[in-house]
Amino acid sequence: MIALDRVARSFLWQELITGFGLTLKYMFKRKVTLNYPFEKGPLSPRFRGEHALRRYPNGEERCIACKLCEAVCPAQAITIESEPRPDGSRRTTRYDIDMTKCIYCGFCEEACPVDAIVEGPNFEFAAETREELFYNKEKLLANGDRWEREIAQNLAADAPYR
Amino acid sequence: MADLWTGTIWPVAVITFYILLIAVPLMLAMAYLTYAERKIIGAMQLRQGPMTVGPYGLLQPIADGVKLFFKETVIPTGANKIVFVMAPMVTFVLALVGWAVIPFGPGLVLADINVGILYLLAISSLGVYGIIMAGWASNSRYAFLGALRSAAQMISYEIAIGLIIINVLITAGSLNLSQIVLAQAGMWYIIPHFPMFMIFMVAILAETNRHPFDLPEDEATLVTGYNVEYSSMTFALFFLGEYMNMILMSAIAVILFLGGWLPPFNIFPFTLIPGPIWFILKVCLVLFCFIWARATLPRYRYDQLMRLGWKILLPFSLLWVVLTSGFLVYFDMLPR
Repeated sequence: MIALDRVARSFLWQELITGFGLTLKYMFKRKVTLNYPFEKGPLSPRFRGEHALRRYPNGEERCIACKLCEAVCPAQAITIESEPRPDGSRRTTRYDIDMTKCIYCGFCEEACPVDAIVEGPNFEFAAETREELFYNKEKLLANGDRWEREIAQNLAADAPYR
Repeated sequence: MADLWTGTIWPVAVITFYILLIAVPLMLAMAYLTYAERKIIGAMQLRQGPMTVGPYGLLQPIADGVKLFFKETVIPTGANKIVFVMAPMVTFVLALVGWAVIPFGPGLVLADINVGILYLLAISSLGVYGIIMAGWASNSRYAFLGALRSAAQMISYEIAIGLIIINVLITAGSLNLSQIVLAQAGMWYIIPHFPMFMIFMVAILAETNRHPFDLPEDEATLVTGYNVEYSSMTFALFFLGEYMNMILMSAIAVILFLGGWLPPFNIFPFTLIPGPIWFILKVCLVLFCFIWARATLPRYRYDQLMRLGWKILLPFSLLWVVLTSGFLVYFDMLPR
């Protein structure tokens, strides 16, 4: 009887028809495609994208050249040189991030005592040459100016959990 | 001079016009079949398919064509150049030539020959040559193995197709495709010959090297099979040939089993739509099944494919020939 059942099922294409029914059903379901360059998915406030150096509202840069980020960086992507300014405050003269070395772990922003170096929400910074990905201080500060609004929002949203 | 004009030039011009009238829409249909395939398979996998080139990606086939056209044709050093270049042309031309006898509507056929179905069978058998030539001329192991598989597979399933066609022929009593369609005016042959229709669908999947029988193009074992070494337009011709064969086989399935250009019911709202439109709609339905099968079924193993062809489809269609002819003789229903 079991053998007969099996033969009947295979001759009536039972499994094939079930499979075809399933694909037909899926054809009319809502599609999950995101047309990426035109539509974008949601990002967490903790998203770790392109780096930025932030400034205080008065325009003074936040970074105090403590070099904690340079020390904590597991990929050793950060290079900092510093010297005191005429007014006595300690500032960086060089702040480079090699974006090709960076592993986007977020330790630098964790280590920063003044929220100066942050990883912003931008992940679309592909470049055509390797050299373009060796970020210097100007580039990072420019990023900070450009993304300040989003970065501030994200930091505020994430603050209760820190 | 006048004799040359009326005797040779004018008829040739007319026939060329008719050929273009069939071939050009066919090329367009084939291009958009690739689009439909990507869209349908995408939909079945919860994707959208091509969306960027033109509205809803409608210009994608044209972009693909332009891309292939501007690529370089690479001919391997070890290849036999003449055969290598000829093979895709053979495949493509054979896929086109079959359309000469396909009736699109009452009287709408380029060559209304009395052995139309035999002609189609011959043309589809010749299709193996293009693939064998490609595999052999490429001088590559993968290509050759793919070609051998393809040849074995097409020959195996052609026998089943032949027997299935015999069923239709003894029921219709004619080898002329238009006559076969007209003989289905009372009842489409899908109803009395339903199992044969299903087997025919399986066999044409194998005949056109489509999923789940696309072993000649098995990426996992053969890279891509007989067309490994081909690029640019030579590859495009194989690609076009494969899709053209799909459309041709769908058209044959429609003519043999789905009543060609006849409407489903010979009553008012259905007879309003002209025959060629019915024909195209039915061909689209069969083509959808091709794509649907590709989206649903995993690939067969080669020995399973051969077993299915020789040990199941062939004996079953042979049995059905005996049953049909016995039935027709016993009830004295043989067509005269």
